[in-house]
Amino acid sequence: MAIEFGKRLLKSSNSVATLPNGRVSARDNKKMSLLFKKPGILTTIQDLGRSGWQSYGINPNGVMDATAARLANILLGNNENEAVLEMHFPAGEFEFETDCSFAIAGADLGASLSGNEINNWSSAIAEKGDLLKFTERRTGTRAYLAVAGGFEINEWLGSVSTNLVAGIGGLAGRQIKAGDRIGLRDPRVVKPRRIGPSMIPRYSRFPTVCVTAGAEFDLLTAVSERTFMSEGFMLTLDSNRMGFRISGGPLFLLSNKEMVSAAVTFGTIQLLPDGQLVVLMADHQTSGGYPRIANVIAADLPLLAQLSPGDGVGFHIISIDEAESIAARFEEDLCTLRLGVRFAS
Amino acid sequence: MQIFPLSESALTVEFGNEISFEFNDKAIALASNLRENPFPGMIEAVSAYSSVTIFYDLATTKKQQFPTAFETVKQHVIGVMDNIDSNLSSEHRVVEISVNFDSKYSLDLASICEFSGLDPNEVIDIFLSKTYRVYMLGFLPGFAYMGEVDERIAAPRLATPRTKVPKGSVGIAGKQTGIYPFESPGGWQIIGRTDVEMFTPHKKMPCLLRPGDEIRFVCDN
Repeated sequence: MAIEFGKRLLKSSNSVATLPNGRVSARDNKKMSLLFKKPGILTTIQDLGRSGWQSYGINPNGVMDATAARLANILLGNNENEAVLEMHFPAGEFEFETDCSFAIAGADLGASLSGNEINNWSSAIAEKGDLLKFTERRTGTRAYLAVAGGFEINEWLGSVSTNLVAGIGGLAGRQIKAGDRIGLRDPRVVKPRRIGPSMIPRYSRFPTVCVTAGAEFDLLTAVSERTFMSEGFMLTLDSNRMGFRISGGPLFLLSNKEMVSAAVTFGTIQLLPDGQLVVLMADHQTSGGYPRIANVIAADLPLLAQLSPGDGVGFHIISIDEAESIAARFEEDLCTLRLGVRFAS
Repeated sequence: MQIFPLSESALTVEFGNEISFEFNDKAIALASNLRENPFPGMIEAVSAYSSVTIFYDLATTKKQQFPTAFETVKQHVIGVMDNIDSNLSSEHRVVEISVNFDSKYSLDLASICEFSGLDPNEVIDIFLSKTYRVYMLGFLPGFAYMGEVDERIAAPRLATPRTKVPKGSVGIAGKQTGIYPFESPGGWQIIGRTDVEMFTPHKKMPCLLRPGDEIRFVCDN
């Protein structure tokens, strides 16, 4: 079952307007909205990314943790590419202006609905007037909120992901501010479900992630190769949606290869002139001119995406064949889960 | 030509390791050919200076006769290159872009003069005297990497980048020239400013330029 990234089943209508003070309001859907009392430190609308435009310098953006976002949508019977709110801690406070089911997945930020604790990796029913808040960061870094029936957001080039650099996409191309309202496209109440324990990702603060070797991996000195494969690296404060600067090594190449800018992707690990590594994340630029040492496999990007500065990461190299098999098995598992949710509804 | 994985769902075809019209022509031709005739599972083909990166959907691509999707796509690319229609890449649009070199816009003209030992009018004349090829877009939506800048005025990037380069600024970084489509941090040496829109998000085609375009700058002031 192929997953179509960057596509949406339903077209959104033109109901989001920007007010003179920069706040965004859904014109007709005041009664069917999520109202942001507090925005949270970095809350953006994302989907699984905007594909097809990298030749124009328009990178895909999208969620940092695609597994959590997809699972949140699966819990509600939504299309997996439905828009979600990506939240960090301290997260926002939202009021439901109509009855609607919602689901939370990814980091556990201690969700609570009008005073009642809401479990992570599960869906729940919000009634009109309920206030959703997040009380403490327990595991992970990025949490995802999906609503049954999806959000009412205009697409840009086939996706609702936010491009913060260009200031377009998502909610007026920016992060959520206090007072923003996002329309709920088709709010509905569905039977609450939770993800079974065997499918819930376990977030470690020092995971080992699988990578495939990059074009310049073989140019590493023998010692640097050993360092890359056996040592731990630490996320520095210079880590955000564009990329994670990780400290360790330093690593060296056998000779300075003259590099010409080429396309890169989410998960590409580059070697910087100072011997340190950077892992490109969801808001990466489309091209780069630094040596490509390795690439994190898609199935393990969520483990990386849930790290914060100070956390560690180790790398394990696998072959393309193994990486492709892991990707296939992962999709099969999600497919089984999706069918299970549907049949049980 | 070398073909290697970028990730488990993308590969890069590299024609060479330098900036040249020959390699760039090949990259643009391959990307165009693939876009005209996408293979099942292809998501997009992105050309850069001298390479093309092809993104593909694993589930669809794997269902062919090779042991890995990577090998399937690699063999397909080899087949395409054997039969490539390089006429597709010889269509180079000519785009004229007006630039204002007034001192309030040409923020680094003095620095470029110092680098070259020439006076401002000479620098500007040299800059205007040739056409520039758009090699690729990257860095920002609609940012075109163009070349080659005459070596006399090919000043290197600023030692300390600016946190804010004004929208429309025309910059030089060595043999490359580029235009900032909107305000952004940047380290290129700014020679002037254009009010031609490089990036209009609400248009069906939001970027003015594309790889292969030939750019002629004209003086606006």
